[in-house]
Amino acid sequence: MSSKPLKQIHLAAHFPGVNNTTVWSDPKAGSHIEFASFAHFARTAERARFDFLFLAEGLRLREQGGKIYDLDVVGRPDTFTVLAALAAVTDHLGLTGTINSTFNEPYEVARQFASLDHLSGGRSAWNVVTSWDAFTGENFRRGGFLPQDERYSRAKEFLATANELFDSWHGDEILADQATGTFLSDAKAGSFVHRGQHFDIHGRFNVPRSPQGRPVIFQAGDSEEGREFAASSADAIFSRYATLEAGQAFYRDVKNRLAKYGRRHDQLLILPAASFVLGDTDEEAEELAKEVRRQQVSGATAIKHLEFVWNRDLSSYDPDGPLPDVDPVVSEDHISRGRAQVRMYRDPLATAREWRELAAANRWSIRDLVIETGNRQTFVGSPATVARTIDDFVQSDVSDGFILVPHITPGGLDDFADTVVPLLQERGVFRTEYEGPTLRHHLGLAHPDHEARDERAAS
Amino acid sequence: MPGPVISYGPFQEGTPVSSTSPSHLHLAVALDGTGWHPASWREQAARPHELFTAAHWIDQVAEAERGLLDFVTFEDGLGLQSSHRFQPDDRTDQVRGRLDAVLIAARVAPLTRHIGLVPTAVVTHTEPFHISKAIATLDHVSTGRAGLRVQITARPNEADHFGRRTIARVDDYDGPVVRELFDEAADYVEVVRRLWDSWEDDAEIRDVATGRFIDRDKLHYIDFEGPHFNVKGPSITPRPPQGQPPVTALAHQSVPYRLVARQADIGYVTPHDAEQARAIVAEIRSEQEAAGRAGELLHVFGDLVVLLDDEQSAAEDRRARLDTLAGEPYESDARIFAGTPAQLADLLQELAEAGLSGFRLRPAVTGHDLPAISRRLVPELQRRGAFRTAYEADTLRGLLGLARPANRYATATA
Repeated sequence: MSSKPLKQIHLAAHFPGVNNTTVWSDPKAGSHIEFASFAHFARTAERARFDFLFLAEGLRLREQGGKIYDLDVVGRPDTFTVLAALAAVTDHLGLTGTINSTFNEPYEVARQFASLDHLSGGRSAWNVVTSWDAFTGENFRRGGFLPQDERYSRAKEFLATANELFDSWHGDEILADQATGTFLSDAKAGSFVHRGQHFDIHGRFNVPRSPQGRPVIFQAGDSEEGREFAASSADAIFSRYATLEAGQAFYRDVKNRLAKYGRRHDQLLILPAASFVLGDTDEEAEELAKEVRRQQVSGATAIKHLEFVWNRDLSSYDPDGPLPDVDPVVSEDHISRGRAQVRMYRDPLATAREWRELAAANRWSIRDLVIETGNRQTFVGSPATVARTIDDFVQSDVSDGFILVPHITPGGLDDFADTVVPLLQERGVFRTEYEGPTLRHHLGLAHPDHEARDERAAS
Repeated sequence: MPGPVISYGPFQEGTPVSSTSPSHLHLAVALDGTGWHPASWREQAARPHELFTAAHWIDQVAEAERGLLDFVTFEDGLGLQSSHRFQPDDRTDQVRGRLDAVLIAARVAPLTRHIGLVPTAVVTHTEPFHISKAIATLDHVSTGRAGLRVQITARPNEADHFGRRTIARVDDYDGPVVRELFDEAADYVEVVRRLWDSWEDDAEIRDVATGRFIDRDKLHYIDFEGPHFNVKGPSITPRPPQGQPPVTALAHQSVPYRLVARQADIGYVTPHDAEQARAIVAEIRSEQEAAGRAGELLHVFGDLVVLLDDEQSAAEDRRARLDTLAGEPYESDARIFAGTPAQLADLLQELAEAGLSGFRLRPAVTGHDLPAISRRLVPELQRRGAFRTAYEADTLRGLLGLARPANRYATATA
């Protein structure tokens, strides 16, 4: 490693999601809906001086084989509402919500984020996601109106339009001068006009400038278009590459795209999702991690997972028996709806062949195979090992930090906060106190007004 | 076989919901900016610089809870406030700008314990799916204290903020354009309510033996189809603790009275005397019967703007001073009351005799008139045996005497 100064690590907490990473069957697992779970999780993250809490979202319950998928956690609260409530039980923690740009309108989303930013004293962030599927559209006024290839064009214009709304107030309009009776200094405050391909709107925005100016913008897509979108418009990326080589490659790729948009390397943070299992020793952690992977893949889950690849009903198979002899059904119609995961298997026939060979060679049952080929946890070890690994990864540009995804709700972050964070603080790579009130402070991002001034000064 | 069942212990169906005495009035306060008088922000008690902070709202709701009020409502809108009913203005001498009402309610929920929180949602350009889960979530974060106040907008300039449809210019609330907006509102509430029921209470089973987190037979597609939207369901959010958070609406005419009668738990109405109150209540009751809800508890609350002082002359002087500051007399759809707590208590009891079961008071200056409600009016009503002396229920439905409703999708054998 070079002698460059140590990077400060950014850490965030992803509330356990509606997928099989989350182990609901554990006796320690609590409610995914009651506010007490969210409050515990957020307070733990704030106690550990994390940058922010992260909430994912999906706007239709997943289905498989035409039925609601019932093996993972099902159900979650409304993102904005729970984040606003969390602002009441935390003082510094950033509040990041995933909000869809397809089944919302810019005026409404902008006023919700600006409101959240006011109500939290400048702690809001927006993970901008897109969808196009008619399946989700069945819950909304316009249905599945958007062709797949227009989802990023709508997302980009959605974000640009929302930014125009955030910027329609400059921050100095509210005089509220009781003596003279002048409330607004500008009779046109909040005026905007946007005429584009996806949005043709005009009028006046009704939320004054919020503490952060705009929410911090996250992007999570991994496609070529998604990476360009992030490089041009996002403050941070929620990525999936948390291993050494893949992480470094992604980091280089995305950071190198910044220059053409006139942006510096430190204006876009790369924050991959990362799971972890801690033990008193590395060996104990390895054992625990194995157990957790087994909890994550019940027999029933293993069969359903195989169905993603086989794309057919395999409910008659024994999860403790051998893999099916029948081949996958190759079709545009997929057995699973409402999840992104299905696109991972591009050539199901080849995957099936490969898995049969692996299972035969190792004498694996269906469940063994799904466990063994599934994702290993990102960080497994004693607190010292995990702290060192996280630090090494960040210093070698795998990322700028991690969004941790515990597998237990709501206590899955407690041990990390108590054991790993102090070690990172000792290494001098993680804050011991918050240095400012807003999420932009935590992430080292300039306020958009200051950024604009810097650019004017530089040009 | 089933694993641990998540139970909403205190909210079981059929349990006696409240000890609410029939002689007790229900009291709510409508929060809007610094108060309902357009010059309210200029009063010393107003603190207009804090209007866009959480502290502003926390203080107000805490004050209302101190007075044991049933609930507070939060006004909202999809455009800037205007002195004109159907058009924007460009005035600079009144409060302009506001925060999202649902988020304000959520922000104060963890800091309060008993009081109901009823944000306004505009139903004209928004998604019933989003609002349904937002109010369900407000109910979860407040453990059963959420409500919803629905409102239409017929303002063309607010339609331009969305750009999805044009709304023909109207001059009053009595034509076909507004009638259609109210029909849409009725469909909207129907969707919101079906989505709240789209999960049965015991749908989450966590059955480790079979690996099932939910019993999917207890989740339901709502399959709503109407002229304005189709919604499939189920909700992504489990059934709220109250089952159905109370739905409320302000109504001035026959069309909105019908919405109240068909879909609401509380209608806010604006009679200026007991005779008008009697006529409005009779019309709503007749619509209620026509809608097949004759046996159901449907509250009709009177809306009043209030200026309260210990001397009547002080209240009247204050009203005159505010009108002078505003440059014109304040006019309202609701009756404007300026007087003493005892006089207001007399009026409320007289209107209650005419059939109103409660009141939504609109403080002219929140910083002055809200404490006057909680610290002067409430004790006066308590002395008369007309208001609770302690919170007697944990949920908003409980405070309102509404039983926890059965789920429309649950089968009788369950």
